[in-house]
Amino acid sequence: MIARRAAREIRPGMAVNLGIGIPELVTDFVPNDWNVMFHSVNGILGIGPTPSKGHEHPYLSSAGGSPATLVPGASFFDSTIAYGMIRRGKLDVAMIGGLQVSRKGHLANWVVPGKRVYGIGGGAELALYAKRVIVLMSHVTEAGEPKIVKECTLPLTAKNCIDLIITEMAVMEVTEEGLLLTEVMYPYTLEEVIGNTGAPLYISEQLQTVD
Amino acid sequence: MNSHLSKIVTVEQALEAVSDGTHLMYGGFGGIGTPPSLIEGILQKRVQELTLTGNDAGYPDLGAGRLISHGRVKRLQTSHIGSNPEAGRQMMEGRLDVRFYSQGVLAEKIRAGGVGIAGILVDGDLGEGHGVGKQQVNIAGRTYWIEPAITADVGIIYARVADTFGNLIYDKGARNLNPLVAMAADITIAEVEEIVPAGDIDPERIVTPGIYVDYIVKSDGVKREWD
Repeated sequence: MIARRAAREIRPGMAVNLGIGIPELVTDFVPNDWNVMFHSVNGILGIGPTPSKGHEHPYLSSAGGSPATLVPGASFFDSTIAYGMIRRGKLDVAMIGGLQVSRKGHLANWVVPGKRVYGIGGGAELALYAKRVIVLMSHVTEAGEPKIVKECTLPLTAKNCIDLIITEMAVMEVTEEGLLLTEVMYPYTLEEVIGNTGAPLYISEQLQTVD
Repeated sequence: MNSHLSKIVTVEQALEAVSDGTHLMYGGFGGIGTPPSLIEGILQKRVQELTLTGNDAGYPDLGAGRLISHGRVKRLQTSHIGSNPEAGRQMMEGRLDVRFYSQGVLAEKIRAGGVGIAGILVDGDLGEGHGVGKQQVNIAGRTYWIEPAITADVGIIYARVADTFGNLIYDKGARNLNPLVAMAADITIAEVEEIVPAGDIDPERIVTPGIYVDYIVKSDGVKREWD
């Protein structure tokens, strides 16, 4: 659901990085003939669809470790070039997972306090340098607490980096004024979205309800 | 090439350079491209208190993660340990000293070490708090901090083909940090699938020039199970 909606943010010919988790599912919703180049921080530009069982290559995977294929025009490179592309602004869109996002577009996605420390990985560089950064995440935590908040309480990955938030409940743009609610996803209601969000939401005049 | 100049050795011979407390740098990303036979050899050598530098902590039973799960590592410089819960546990218990760097920063610190540059300039916006206490520089109105280069005593890398001089070609996603580690280590050991005579690889296709490679060992291979 989230991945299908996220795929609508991709346009033909873009270079796109998909982070670990929900973002990895987005490839399945992007038509092959759009010539989108999926970038992977383990040193691959041009990741293709997931291979069928028995056709995996041991050294061909996404950054998250899932088996991968290549599209025509794909290339391999070392990690400094993988990040050089990011820093140089060559990526049109980065889609990343999140633990908390603030109304100012700050992102926290690398420490679960008292439970797990994953390490910051490449999230900060993607979040800072991709032209457009989209967070794909569940709207609330497993305990039912809002992940979209006034101020992040978890250690930050990067500040002022998020452009769009897509959850199973809603789509929100990060604007100068704060969070702008543009879409409510079926079967959720506007009231449920507001009730499960820990930051003020401005309601778009073109608010849509999406199946 | 004269046989006494040959770089081709056994795993045991190559690992003479590794002892207790060695700073070991490794190639690989999520275990892919970490040399399996060299990791096995280091485990069997029973060295202790290693310092490791590499992209991630691998998995408990794959890549450099094996050294961590067997308790051979004292310090780890890396970007991510999420795939190795054992590394997280040892860190929480204070048995493993982990220093995190943003992934692209770590790769670039290693590259700097490999090309003889003393350090790199990191965007001040990157990683809140990481630049605290570090020397700052202003360029064109933006603030950067200085991150020193990293070199290591020994580097272990994986490649698909080596020629007898040590020129290397990598294998798809198994390239990752390997060419950087090759340059940044004082002694570099390359584990490869195939060894060919010098001259057999088109010089245009060589990724790592053999001058960076001290020893070449033939890989016993690794089985990777997909989940």
